[in-house]
Amino acid sequence: MTAETPPGAFSNMSLEMRAWNIRRKALLMGEVQGQGYIGQALGVADVLATSYFHAMDFQPEDPKWEGRDRFLLSIGHYAIALYAVLMEAGILPEEELETYGMDDSRMPMSGMASYTPGMEITGGSLGHGLGIAVGMAMGLKRKKNPAFVYNLMSDGELGEGSTWEAVMSAVQWKLDNLICIVDFNNQQADGPTRDALAVGAEAPKWEAFGWFAQEVDGNDLDALVAAFDAARDLTDARPRVIICNTTMCKGVDFLEAREITHFVRVEADEWSKALAKLEEGKPQ
Amino acid sequence: MTLASMARKYEPRRVAQTKVATSAMIASLAAEGYDTVNAPFGHALVELAKKDKRIVGLSADLSKYTDLHIFANEMPERFYQMGMAEQLLFSAASGLAREGFIPFATTYAVFASRRAYDFIAMAIAEENLPVKIACALPGLTTGYGPSHQATEDLAIFRGLPNMVLIDPCDAADVAGMVPAMVAHDGPVYARLLRGKVPSVLRKHKPDYKFELGKAQMIREGRDVLVISTGIMTMRALDAAVKLADDNVDVGVLHVPTIKPLDIETIRAEAAKQGRLVVTAENHTVNGGLGEAVATTLLTAGIAPQFRMIGLPDEFLEAGALPTLHEMYGLSVDKVAERIKSWL
Repeated sequence: MTAETPPGAFSNMSLEMRAWNIRRKALLMGEVQGQGYIGQALGVADVLATSYFHAMDFQPEDPKWEGRDRFLLSIGHYAIALYAVLMEAGILPEEELETYGMDDSRMPMSGMASYTPGMEITGGSLGHGLGIAVGMAMGLKRKKNPAFVYNLMSDGELGEGSTWEAVMSAVQWKLDNLICIVDFNNQQADGPTRDALAVGAEAPKWEAFGWFAQEVDGNDLDALVAAFDAARDLTDARPRVIICNTTMCKGVDFLEAREITHFVRVEADEWSKALAKLEEGKPQ
Repeated sequence: MTLASMARKYEPRRVAQTKVATSAMIASLAAEGYDTVNAPFGHALVELAKKDKRIVGLSADLSKYTDLHIFANEMPERFYQMGMAEQLLFSAASGLAREGFIPFATTYAVFASRRAYDFIAMAIAEENLPVKIACALPGLTTGYGPSHQATEDLAIFRGLPNMVLIDPCDAADVAGMVPAMVAHDGPVYARLLRGKVPSVLRKHKPDYKFELGKAQMIREGRDVLVISTGIMTMRALDAAVKLADDNVDVGVLHVPTIKPLDIETIRAEAAKQGRLVVTAENHTVNGGLGEAVATTLLTAGIAPQFRMIGLPDEFLEAGALPTLHEMYGLSVDKVAERIKSWL
């Protein structure tokens, strides 16, 4: 996407196809390592497709382009998903897919800014992204740069106190250039997020803090497009959050049906089965 | 904590003959005979910020107590009050640095080093971002007790790659370190002396000028070499004057930059024969200047008579600062006494 090209005009390839490509690339990377946070990658693929191919402005050949919308991956272990979308967007060459998680690869298992073009921050120590996003949004306003800052975080990160420091600050500073995306798959390392901390009713809580909050089916592309549009188009001087309820392993039914855990175990022979399953659902 | 000092905390105390208020002691570090400079950090930052538009200031509800209010009053549009939220303070500073600014983020040393460490490590240091952290109440410079006494901040940050550490002695160091912090392209943690800050170094060495990464001899001496940092250089210089009356000739090597350490100068001075080497720091003896110097010397095969002055491995007591400095051996008298006992 170039500065002259309006958002959403990246190509006429459908978001459905983009999301499918992201899932496929993530599965191929999972196969390379024989492991990976594939459940999360499959679950968040629609959110990423909407972010990169509908909402965001960027230049694939210049990942540091000053006018780009910033996309922060607070959840470092979702790196496999972000690599997939960065390849799909032409920011990372697809040939590097086979190096995922290997020595000397630019794509380590947990995302790091210094390794990967298009990776804005080193996430992974959870609860960091939104605070950094607040600072970047402040910085963009100082520079009168109209770009947006997107911060993708997990529901588990709602447990980190630092998240709420940032939530209050974003309202204090009227950061209408900040869009927080919460991937709510209700799954953290030890089990369901809702069994660990009383995260409560999410949208009303963010609203109460002063955010413009939307809660959507994070695997419904039409709903996502509408939510991202509403978040960008809002004229109120307040930050925006899109809580995306997603299904882990979306798109590969036998994995979806498996007892879902934070780290989905996939047997060696199942990667090809998963790819075949995905192939069956390929958009026309 | 030793059993003795533990017991001491619960014993009823006699009422002191001369009352020394705890709160009044926070900024009163000046030994007698030194002039003071008001808020050298705040004023130096304002001067620099007039020339460098990249500089912004942030504080977590402690701008007044870190002299950042001088900057905030002068340039309100470049100051961010982040509220009582230190994790956010450093995360947001990281975000501003990513957008090309040079943020000065201030709080107390305890809160930066203990509460916000992960954010400083991962959001700032890991990417070598130019966030300048300036923190008041270093070591034993408050009588409020362990909640406010940052006795282990240098040990914590010494282990952090990319982080530059400064422990200034006086107003000349504080004013001089500000431009050096900006000139260094990376993160810096500086211990801050605020309020009325004594002018010490130039009284002993009129042409003294702070240089990042440089240790400097402030006073020459044949019998003892004190290698000191922060306010302990002030104590060492005063102790040296005192000891001169007893015909003990004490040299003082001031090491305001703890990391990177000026290894070359420290080795060269410590290698000069016939001197007792004493390190002195306003910090626990675990993991601070003393251990850094010891490592530096031993790895070069330099093994002089060596002693360390610093705070004990304890949570310190509350009380008036002069009392506490006497109790924990940071006062001029105690420093002089101990050096003499080691000769």
